[in-house]
Parts: sequence; structure tokens; C-alpha cells
Amino acid sequence: MPTFSHILRQAYAETPERVAVHLLQNRQPDLPVTYRRLLGGAAGYARALEGAGVGPGEVVILILQHGEPLLHAFFGAILRGAIPSIMPFLTEKLTPEKYRQDLAALVEVIQPAAVVTYPEFAAEVRAALQGSAKDSVRAVLVSTAVREAEPDFAAFPGLSRAETDVVLLQHSSGTTGLQKGVALSHRAVFNQLEDYAQAIRLTPQDVIVSWLPLYHDMGLIAGFILPILSRAPLVLMSPFEWVRAPYKLMQAVSRYRGTLTWLPNFAYNFCAQKIRDRDLEGVDLSSWRAVVNCSEPMHWKSHQLFLQRFALYGLRPDSLATCYAMAENVFAVTQGGVDAPVVVDEVDERALLAERIAVPLSLAGRPPMAGGGWAGGEGRREDHARPTLRLLSAGRPMPNTRVRVLDDQRRDLPERRIGEIALQSHCMLTGYFRRDDLTAQAFHEDWYLTGDLGYLADGELYVTGRKKDLIIVGGRNIYPQDLEWLASEVPGVHPGRVVAFGVFDEEAGTEEVVVVAEVETDDEAGRARMAEAIRERVTRGADVTLRLVRLVGPRWLLKTSSGKIARLANRDKYLAELNGAG
Amino acid sequence: MTTDIQAALAQYIAAQILKQPNRTVQPDEPIISSGLIDSFHLVDLALFVEDQFGVRLDDAELNREAFDSIAQLAEVIRQRQG
Repeated sequence: MPTFSHILRQAYAETPERVAVHLLQNRQPDLPVTYRRLLGGAAGYARALEGAGVGPGEVVILILQHGEPLLHAFFGAILRGAIPSIMPFLTEKLTPEKYRQDLAALVEVIQPAAVVTYPEFAAEVRAALQGSAKDSVRAVLVSTAVREAEPDFAAFPGLSRAETDVVLLQHSSGTTGLQKGVALSHRAVFNQLEDYAQAIRLTPQDVIVSWLPLYHDMGLIAGFILPILSRAPLVLMSPFEWVRAPYKLMQAVSRYRGTLTWLPNFAYNFCAQKIRDRDLEGVDLSSWRAVVNCSEPMHWKSHQLFLQRFALYGLRPDSLATCYAMAENVFAVTQGGVDAPVVVDEVDERALLAERIAVPLSLAGRPPMAGGGWAGGEGRREDHARPTLRLLSAGRPMPNTRVRVLDDQRRDLPERRIGEIALQSHCMLTGYFRRDDLTAQAFHEDWYLTGDLGYLADGELYVTGRKKDLIIVGGRNIYPQDLEWLASEVPGVHPGRVVAFGVFDEEAGTEEVVVVAEVETDDEAGRARMAEAIRERVTRGADVTLRLVRLVGPRWLLKTSSGKIARLANRDKYLAELNGAG
Repeated sequence: MTTDIQAALAQYIAAQILKQPNRTVQPDEPIISSGLIDSFHLVDLALFVEDQFGVRLDDAELNREAFDSIAQLAEVIRQRQG
């Protein structure tokens, strides 16, 4: 089996003038990056890394935003035989001090040989590297100092890598997770690409349009590596630009006749709610054959909103698709909505939540009803007073992927019983980089334990929740303990007396973070100041917007028998009081 | 006149973006660089400004270099209104 470098060499030899990436740039014309140009740029980085003494098998951290240097540096590290790892860029919300701390912690675990960044950010990186145990970094390379070069494939150590060697590291977001680098081999990535191409019926006629960040598995695999290595053209826009001008995604799909796009659930709501008609004039979305919902809980209503908004512009109902994916499996585990429409399972809400059984409507003793999502209203009256939930199937497992649903004793559960999703495939991670302890914990008898909850029915997988207390906001994983720790830094808030959790915001189509803290003071002005301080500390320390802060008196929070804060129980209590108060 | 614009902006930001209707947003308080308004809500702010004042903000202007306070945003609106 070849390596990444072999595939790149072949593309360079066979189709040098084919456009690999149409790079969308703010207020500038789109930049067509051919394979010749891509590999010329990459060769420059390979040479620069060699000059900096970076050897094969060493990690290179890339701190670059959307733009050509990021593409070149990523593949340059590959050609050098090194292991690229793309990191998020500092945002306006996050304080530089916190970013520096996180970066320093990451460097201690990963021990990278080099960091590539922009000249204006180099000082920030060097500041983070000050201190002990970070002397693995031999060079901070600045993007403007790297010149393109003629690729000399015979000289690239990348071609001498073994297929079982690690090709890249993916970092899940969230401050704690930052230190957990998912190491993937050439073989694992190729296996995934091959299976996934089959699952989505990928052909060279496809055009992938993406705004997703490349430090996230969905962006890196579906919105970057898959198209480039498969030679299906990629139209790539910046996530910073998309969030300010979501209409540009629709215009790009229309202009390039895009066929495939991956989006986290919130993006369906975001696009449906925040685009003006006049920005859609002349837009034709009929080329879209799959818009794949992935990376956070999927909602039927979000699909409906998206369809209602864009059907007028040619969006086809059968283009809505779903996927269940994780970095530990390179990317996709299941795929739905490509060969047949996404299956919608309407189940009894109470049985699902209370008994953890997905009882389909046909068995719940009442006729199917029209209307949507939370089938409230008339559905809650008299004898057929059973509220139902419409769940979107994540589809069927990909080829060479097996999925099981396990109970707490890790025994197989029957169909329609909710348990932990476990999987086995030939594209699993090599391990968490330099964290063998975490790798061992993640597996049970060669089955990877996802921490997600769900059920199987007629071969389709439904993901219903999470075993871990993880919060997912806009596709990004947030660890509640990080937020609690930040909140407890505010004077008057104490560790162990504050809890963070997510609540679903139906309008936004994603979770909203809530912090509840016990405080001594009853003084209203004092409480308002503390709430504001908690908002500020969490928002700027964790790069997640915190709006909902609730201050309560002593002994409000529920604890487990071992004295730990019970996040889900407190979440239920918070919601119950909220609803009770009307 | 800018004080009317400022008041409308402050009220919208507190109630609709921050979801804290009683929160006072000062005219010179940093709103973008402070993380008060995150990137997901900048487009909401732009839509509000257009509906309310008939002034279109380009997406390239939705950053702290273009405006970072209610006073600065109100000034941009006033100038464009002519």
C-alpha cells in the first residue's frame, strides 16, 4: 500500500494542471491552486523543515488560518515524512494568556520538533514555549520565509514511510482535549477514504464545497484530505468568513456547481435564519446531491428549516444526508441519506427518556401524526397523549465497520435498546499520541468505546446522547470541568460548588452552555457582578460564549454519593425550575 | 441622534444577543475584542442594523477594526445615513 506522498507524486505527475483547491479569499478573486502549485509550495516547506533539522516521524504543529500557506505547510510536512498537526488559531474571545497556557500544555505532551506560523504570531508562539520541558521545539518557522521549490520526489523521506506509520495528528477541541492528539496511520486514513468514497458514491465529477476549519476531523478529512487525494475539486472558504457571511456558501455552491458539503447541525439553522433573499439572487443549489449533517446531535427540525428556506433555490429534499463520525475512526462510522432518504424514526418520548427504549410510533398505540419534531400540542391530549420524538438515523455502518450497542456490563443490547455505541473497523486510530494510558482506557476487548449513547433498528444507527458529560456547541466539544474550573476562579465561587452543562437551544440548533454556582450573598447587585465575572472568565478562558449563569444559595446543587457534582441531575433540576417558573 | 442609535443598539444587544435585558451596555464598552458579542452573533447585529437603520454592514466590517463599541458603530451608521 502506498503512502500519502506516493498519492501526491502521482497526482503531480498525471494531472499537474488540474485544480486541487479553489481557495476563496475575502475581497479577492478566488485562487485556483493546481496540483503543480500545491506540491511546489509543499516542496518549499519540506525543504524548510529539513533545513530546520526536522526529521521523519517528528511532529510539526501548524498554527495557520485559512489560506495557501496552510495547504502548503500541511503537505510539506507530509513530504518531509514528518507528522503535521493543525491547531486552532487564537480568536478574539480567548485571552492570549489562556491560549499560551493551552499551547504550552500541548507541547509538553506532544513534543513537536517545529511550529509553523505567521510572522505576526511567532512572538506569541515563542512566549508559549518559554520554560522547562518544552525544548523539543527546534524551530519556529515563519510562513513568509518559505519559498516554493521544484518537487524532487526521490529526495523526500515521505516516500520511505511505512503504511503503518503515523501520518497526522488530530486534536479534538476543548482545553482538556487539546492534550489528546489522535494519531492516525497512512493505512487507517486510506481505508477510511476508500470506504467513505464508496458510502457517498464519490466520483471525480463531484465538487466538494467546505467552510469547515481544518483542525476538526470533519473539515480535515471530508473537507480537505478526501477531495485532494481523490482528485475531486475542493472549494474551500474560511470559517471566519462563513460565520460573518453564510450566504457565501450558497453562492459558492451555485458558482462551482458543488455536489457535496458537510455541516454541523447548527449550520442548518444558521444558514436558514441569517441569509437575506437578495444575497441569494440567481443562486441555484440544484447541483447539491448531499448536504451531510455530522459532528453534533442531528435534529429533524434543522433539516426542515434548511429545506424550507432553500427549496426555492433548487435544494432537493433527497440531498439532506446524515453521518456519525469521530476522529478516532479517522472520520465516518455510518452514512445515511445517500442511497435512500434519511430514515426518520418517530418514537415514544417517555419510553426513550425514562426506560431507554425506542418504541416506534406504530407500536405506541396511535396513528401517525402530521407535524414536527416535538409532537406536542394536540399530541398531548386524552388517550393518545403520548408525546413523540422524531429522530434522524445516522445511517448504516460503512463497509468494514461494525457497530454494537452495549449495556453497562458491556453486554450486547437488543435492537431499540439504548446503550453505549462501540465500534470496530480497519481505520481506527494508532493511539492517543504519547498517551498510551488513554488509548488503553478507550478500548474494551478490541472494541472502541465511543462514549456516545444510541440504538440500532433495522440496521440503522440512532445517536441519542452521550455517556460523558461533554457539551457540544456548534460541533465543538467542550469539557464541563474546564468551565467549572474557570468559573471557580471568580472570587466568591468555590470549586465543587459550581456546575456547567449544555441545554439544547432549538432556535440555534445546538447546545447553549449553562453555569450554575452556589454563592453566599443574597445581595442582588453583588450577585449580578459575580454572574458577569463568571461570564467573562469562562468566555475568555475557554473560547465559548457563556450567557446563561444562574446563582443559587448554598446546598442547591445535587451531588453523587461520593460527593461529586452530578451534572445531569443538576441539569434536570435547572430545567425543571425553569419550566416550573413558566 | 447618535444617542438614539446607541440606545437602540444597546437594548438590542442586551436583550437579543446577551439574553440579559437588564444588562447595561456602555457606549464605549468593548463589544467585540472583549468577547461580549461572539462571531456567531455578528451577523445578527448586521441584520438588525440594516432593518433598523437602513445601513448595510459588509461582512468584512464585522470585526474590531471597523468598530468595537456601540458608540463607534452608531457613528458608522450616522455617517452612512448621511
